Amino acid sequence: MLHTVNKSPFEKTSLDTCLRLVRTGAVILLIEDAVYAATKNTVIEAKIKRALTQNRIYVLGPDLDARGLQDSEIIDGIEVVDYGGFVDLAGEHRNVQSWF
Amino acid sequence: MNEIVEDAENPEANAKKIMYINRRAPYGTIYALEALEVVLIGAMFEQDVSVVFMDDGIFQLKKNQDTLALDVKNFSPAFRALETYEVEKLYVEKESMQARGLSCEDLLVPVLELSSIEIAELMEQQDVLLNF
Amino acid sequence: MKFGIVVNEGPYTHQASDTAYQFTRAALEKGHEIVRVFFYHDGVNNGTRLTTPPQDDRHISKRWSELAQEHDLDLVLCIAAAQRRGIVDEDEAKRHGKDANNIAPGFRISGLGQLIEASIDADSLVSFGD
Repeated sequence: MLHTVNKSPFEKTSLDTCLRLVRTGAVILLIEDAVYAATKNTVIEAKIKRALTQNRIYVLGPDLDARGLQDSEIIDGIEVVDYGGFVDLAGEHRNVQSWF
Repeated sequence: MNEIVEDAENPEANAKKIMYINRRAPYGTIYALEALEVVLIGAMFEQDVSVVFMDDGIFQLKKNQDTLALDVKNFSPAFRALETYEVEKLYVEKESMQARGLSCEDLLVPVLELSSIEIAELMEQQDVLLNF
Repeated sequence: MKFGIVVNEGPYTHQASDTAYQFTRAALEKGHEIVRVFFYHDGVNNGTRLTTPPQDDRHISKRWSELAQEHDLDLVLCIAAAQRRGIVDEDEAKRHGKDANNIAPGFRISGLGQLIEASIDADSLVSFGD
């Protein structure tokens, strides 16, 4: 199962709900304002690192670029994908859950 | 992916598992009302449907809604009609209920209270997840 | 792979329509089929031809129209959502006695059943919203 999150974790609880409902082995893709969740040295970094022990986490590159975020600022273990990678992830899984 | 084997004898066997996930409070935005419209139309397609309320979505089911002073339609009675549309699997997430100080007696329809782990399992089995 | 796409927000205010567009384009480039793009909630506002964004900005509805023409996409605006928000085609304008229509090329107005049908027909339904 692919979970997408598009909200900043500093403003909305979508990421928390996603992490509460995500099963081990499911994949998470951070898009739009949720890409801020992928950055180092934040109050939610520990939460993301914990999730990384059970889930693969991806982040949408074009949304990082637009927001001035560079690969060096991204938590180790999170993989950057482009829109084609987003399509591949959606295609590889039985269903897609969009946490708005 | 999702291979469907045609089974003319048993149309249920060809039904897709569709889950509606409601996470927003009513009236502040239109999502709850327009989600309900999808559920009602979707019922005509005779698929394997379930409706989940979590986060602020559980407020949609709160008893005693009165929108008279707002001059907005109170659509909450329609949740009671879902049964006649054969939409019978209504779930609320226990964690969301507890966080908001609600119990099933506060809700206007009978629902099954499931833990987030149980809901996550159900979600995994779906063919389609529609979010509102 | 057959994808169904749902767009739940209008243009410009939210990124949803942009992300949906880029996803759809990427899927088509990879040779996937898009069974339908269904616009719901404020998403129906993507289907007006009357928007005039600044010249140096993307033209969201035109971009959808062009993609539809190029790939023979089925762009559907939910009729109930469109009626609420004043998006009308020729038939709807006539039916409700409006003096004009505003639907953009390549879009059509139809019922919510089209969303359910798309979710049944597609291998995967991907929603974009806020």
